[in-house]
Amino acid sequence: MPDIRKVKRRIKGVQNIAKITRAMEMIAASKMRKAQERGLAGRPYSEKIEQVIADLAALPDIGLQHPLLQRRPVEKIAVVHITPDRGLCGGLNANLNRRLGSFILEQENPVRVVAVGRKGRDFAVRSGSDMTAEFIQMGDQPAFLDTIPISHIVIDDYSNRVIDMVYISYAQFISTMVQKPVMKQLLPVEPAVIPRGENVDYIYEPGAEVVLGGLLPRFVEMEIYHAVLEAIASEQSARMVAMRNATDSASELIGDLTLLYNKARQEAITKELLDITGGVAALE
Amino acid sequence: MSSLKLDIVTAERVVYSEDVDVVIAPGVEGQLGILPHHAPLMTILQAGELVVRRGAEEDTLAISGGFLEVRPDRVIVLADSAERAGEIDVDRAEAAKKRAEQRLMGKPAEIDTAMVEAALRRAMARLTVAEKIKRRRKL
Repeated sequence: MPDIRKVKRRIKGVQNIAKITRAMEMIAASKMRKAQERGLAGRPYSEKIEQVIADLAALPDIGLQHPLLQRRPVEKIAVVHITPDRGLCGGLNANLNRRLGSFILEQENPVRVVAVGRKGRDFAVRSGSDMTAEFIQMGDQPAFLDTIPISHIVIDDYSNRVIDMVYISYAQFISTMVQKPVMKQLLPVEPAVIPRGENVDYIYEPGAEVVLGGLLPRFVEMEIYHAVLEAIASEQSARMVAMRNATDSASELIGDLTLLYNKARQEAITKELLDITGGVAALE
Repeated sequence: MSSLKLDIVTAERVVYSEDVDVVIAPGVEGQLGILPHHAPLMTILQAGELVVRRGAEEDTLAISGGFLEVRPDRVIVLADSAERAGEIDVDRAEAAKKRAEQRLMGKPAEIDTAMVEAALRRAMARLTVAEKIKRRRKL
């Protein structure tokens, strides 16, 4: 027979856990919404930049002349690995790090890691990767300015030919239930192909090259900022789902334990009654 | 009468989106005034004030660099940062201005003069815009 008091204590404990997980679920839900909104708010800016770059890159004289557009033989690769700072978000961190690990193994060339987020940093350290920089504790609402140093590192290294290709790895937000680790090429910038014909001939001031040179770094900064926001939305939705599952399991466990507790209590009462009636019978 | 659709967007939000009559922007090669039916233009902006006229009304925004795209019926500003006059943190801009000035006066050899000058221009732009609005309110 289970110890009644132990069962009761266990029920209390599970109830407390359920309270915490429920609160975490709600916090994650609201943070997820905020990250999504911020991602959407920047959409017009990035769409515009993408379009202008496509226009400029298509110009015969300057197309593909800029260092950030130039492809060159790949000798060294860098990956900007964006992960959460914290755990308790289901398999998200493990999936992200596994994706990075298998990517590094697939490459014939050495890979450097720029870790954004503690979980990815820890993984890079544990696996002995060549880590150039780490950015941790950016918080749940990083400003555009907070993400600029990340872009500077990769842009500088790329321009100085320290690295020849840059990928960005983060959790793509597909839906609240599904987040997919993706590995996307960041540099060289691949200009989107926009159907000609609709294009207008612009006057560029001070010159097309200068404008393109100014826009490209902005574009890279923007891509990284968006990836960071999307990663946050993914992290929060993963956490939300994980916490909902935890709350559900806790409720189920509470049900089972309560049943066990009631059974034990009933049994104890029955036993006591039997003792009394037994005692009475013995006296008669 | 035709008008221009002006959108000012930054990486974080859409700051301004209205139909306007005139846009005066701080281009790198000097101030530009844009009226409807302007020739398509793409230019870099420097830190400064961007003035918008709409009928008798006039709005002023402080922007700290960016890009400007003009089409016959649209103007799009991709700003590094943009603030309406009311949103400007005057104390912060004041502090930034002092800091930049001190650095410029100190040891110009050791610092990135261009960067400090840019910071100074940004702070000045914010202050001019904030000042202008304050004056207008008093009148």
